[in-house]
Amino acid sequence: MYGIPGMVARRLVQLVPVMIVATFVVFSLVYLMPGDPAVTIAGDYATEERVEEIRRIYGFDRPMLVQYFAWLGNVVIGDLGRSLFSNESVLTLILARLPHTILLVVYALIVGAVIGIPLGILAATRQGTTLDKIITSVASLGVAVPNFWLGILLVTLFSLNYRWFPATGATSFFEEPAKALYFATLPAIALSTGVVAVLARQVRSALLEVLGSQYIRTLRAKGLSSGSILWKHGLRNVAATMLTIAGLQVNRLFSSAVIVEAVFAIPGVGNLISYSALNKDFPVVQGVALVLVLVVIFTNLIVDVLNAIFDPRVAAST
Amino acid sequence: MTDISMNTVTTPNPATAAASGIPPPTRFSLWRWLWSDKRALVSLAYIVLLVAAAVLAPVIAPYEPNQQNLMDMLAPPSAEHWLGTDDLGRDTLSRLMHGSYNALYAAGLAVGIGVLIGVPMGVFIGFVGGWVDEVGSRIIDGVLAFPPIVLAVAVTGALGIGLTNAMIAVGFAFAPVLARTMRAQTLVVKNALYVEAAVGFGASRLHLIVRHIIPNAIQPVIVEITLMLAVALLAEAGLSFLSLGVQPPESSWGGMLARAYHYVEVAPEQMYAPGFAILFTALAFNTLGESIRVLLDPTVKKN
Repeated sequence: MYGIPGMVARRLVQLVPVMIVATFVVFSLVYLMPGDPAVTIAGDYATEERVEEIRRIYGFDRPMLVQYFAWLGNVVIGDLGRSLFSNESVLTLILARLPHTILLVVYALIVGAVIGIPLGILAATRQGTTLDKIITSVASLGVAVPNFWLGILLVTLFSLNYRWFPATGATSFFEEPAKALYFATLPAIALSTGVVAVLARQVRSALLEVLGSQYIRTLRAKGLSSGSILWKHGLRNVAATMLTIAGLQVNRLFSSAVIVEAVFAIPGVGNLISYSALNKDFPVVQGVALVLVLVVIFTNLIVDVLNAIFDPRVAAST
Repeated sequence: MTDISMNTVTTPNPATAAASGIPPPTRFSLWRWLWSDKRALVSLAYIVLLVAAAVLAPVIAPYEPNQQNLMDMLAPPSAEHWLGTDDLGRDTLSRLMHGSYNALYAAGLAVGIGVLIGVPMGVFIGFVGGWVDEVGSRIIDGVLAFPPIVLAVAVTGALGIGLTNAMIAVGFAFAPVLARTMRAQTLVVKNALYVEAAVGFGASRLHLIVRHIIPNAIQPVIVEITLMLAVALLAEAGLSFLSLGVQPPESSWGGMLARAYHYVEVAPEQMYAPGFAILFTALAFNTLGESIRVLLDPTVKKN
């Protein structure tokens, strides 16, 4: 099979072992629990019948691989178990909160691109100047700054002092999109620093490489202006780099989002997993970890496909 | 860290050096390097000072980190309390110094776990190749998909809350990154002409791995390790902020920020010191990592 559909098919096949490993890691979290996991999962006030029921559901008396496939079978049909506290379905809990987290991460990616890409272009076209050095230093700060601390500083400045933005909370993007974006602005800025830094650096070096290459030199010799060379040839080549980086950053963004959500009291899956970990609500913890790792895996699949669409050589080579 | 880098620099492979016509390198001098790279000098000096503050905190900290003084709560910086006091009247500077121990311990633990799992795994699958490499690489891809903090929170949710549990999980998430680098480097070295020559002379597998593959593959890993220390430090701060890492009353920079955030309208200055401590330390590890990268790889030009 050739072309984009063939590439997608091959990628999906390659994903199977990756997903088996990832789901197996999430599944095996249950073995980390001290004591009898059935008793722990059942909670402090469970009846003996409930413990037996959980033991049966998880199949703790059967071999590990059998348990894994039984668990995976439940996962595939959307049964991630029930919360030990609210007794609500874990999947329902997650689906209610996931949009908040996705909005935050996507918004942070966009903020990161809007700030990072121009910084990278600016640094590359002014290579060696003071401006270039300042941008490079800002990029170093961007990877080192703790996102949640930046969030606190933003709240102090823009919510408590100036009262431009709400300090905490979130609304549904589907019901009130404008208000949801308004609420998510400070958190997204706090979360975006890593993306800004990495994009600024990578765009700078990718652009410098392209602008220094032979064919650009040829174009220049043919009399093309620097502006049109930059826009028509330089940046097109940078697009693939940016996509790949966006894919790599998704993983880190979900990591930081867990903490940034706590600062801004955003009811997303990050807050759900840390709250559940504090309260020993194991099925919810396991469910969120599973959903997030699958989101990361599929985001990278989408990035690969988009890369192949932009650059047919990628589709041919994989 | 510097010891290893000195080894790899002072014992370059004569075969590759002669083949590419590179003049024989002069003996590596730590001082000359630090003198020529001021950023590395400042970063290393900062890290040395921080380690000293962490280790000597019980001796040199002006107060006991948990000594409360309810008459002197959320005090601004003063002669008695250089960085002020927190909501329980505890000295911020002393807690910062004791917190640096936890920060460095956490970063070292996570990166240590990552190295212990990742490096041997990468060398093994790269060296053996075949189906072992296939399976190993899929495991790497699978674990690599986990956001480290999500994995750390999940592990504390199962195993129990605590700094050590959380940082072991972060280390587990780091391992595939190192394994991937180590595997790629092993593949390059394994097929190098001088290694083939060593095989021809009857070198054992162990000799090949210990004398040729590891010294040559370790360079990018050293850079990665230094950069990972910063990531692990930020993870510890974040997890302690969520009270999933260092447990009160023990002090941690992330935990101090969590308390300061509660009282941000009363004593906003309390959130600066821990935040800058995290920022500067992460910056120092990153800067040092970049400097080592430039030092070890002559093709990378300095900005």
